[in-house]
Amino acid sequence: MKLHSLLVCIALICSGIVAAKEAAPMAADLAIEKRMVAISEELRCLVCQNESLSGSHAELAQDLRREIRKMIGEGKTDQEILDFMVARYGDFVRYRPPMKPTTWLLWAGPFVLLAGGIGALIAFLRRRAKEAAGPALSEEEHRRAAALLDQPKS
Amino acid sequence: MRRFLIPLVVFVVLVVFLAIGLTLNPRDVPSPLKDKPAPAFKLPQLAAAGKTFSPEDLKGKVWLLNVWASWCVSCRQEHPLLVSFSKEGKVPIVGLNYKDQAADAKNWLAKFGDPYVFSAVDADGRVGIDYGVYGVPETYVIDKAGMIRMKHTGPITPESLQKQILPLVAELSK
Repeated sequence: MKLHSLLVCIALICSGIVAAKEAAPMAADLAIEKRMVAISEELRCLVCQNESLSGSHAELAQDLRREIRKMIGEGKTDQEILDFMVARYGDFVRYRPPMKPTTWLLWAGPFVLLAGGIGALIAFLRRRAKEAAGPALSEEEHRRAAALLDQPKS
Repeated sequence: MRRFLIPLVVFVVLVVFLAIGLTLNPRDVPSPLKDKPAPAFKLPQLAAAGKTFSPEDLKGKVWLLNVWASWCVSCRQEHPLLVSFSKEGKVPIVGLNYKDQAADAKNWLAKFGDPYVFSAVDADGRVGIDYGVYGVPETYVIDKAGMIRMKHTGPITPESLQKQILPLVAELSK
């Protein structure tokens, strides 16, 4: 009976040691995981297009996260991993598409609209200021107004 | 008059843009693989696990690669069309059985018909990633030189078959 419990104790201690050994690569895993999340935040999940690859539960997203982990493990740079995705799924996969002729309108569009809006606002305010000032009097009208004001009270 | 003209023009332009936007299919993402060589792979065949298939094997032929799975509902939708089309023998259709169980896939083909010359088994979906697969079913038209000339995402409709795929196949087969 005593021998039995001793064996159990030894087994428990051993399992503790084994577990400790397995836990060692966790630090590296954590670094990989962090980089994987950072990269996949930049990528769109093509299955549910308004979710990022890091937040999506779609099966394809899981597969792609696994690929990213593998590529990080192989020592690929972030740029190489992004290129890998773009080569397969196109620029659409990136939340920040590159600047090139087909995306100029996409990048410049909001600023063009903003400039147009500001231009329209300025034109509107100027016109309103002019209307508020009222029409200017001509020389003839000034003289008539002065004559009327200067009339002695009867 | 000019007061109303400018907002009217802005409104009409906006409506035109929205109308175009509404008729676009957001799932139809242009594939960067168009006019690029079909990614190489070597996968076992579904019916004969000993045999493998690689796109190299079909060099010199125009062929279709159809990505399918027994769990995919839209695949069932396009399947009758593929089966009847394959009987015309116009172009070989190779299946890519994507992330599926072999037994389920075989059952599915036995039940609904097998339009494929054969199906290659992509059990873990790794080849699917190389082909940019994101919504099964997907169909690729591959030319004699092994280049991808067209990608169709989603179920093939009689219309897309007649108006897009067949004319392209006819042109490439010349």
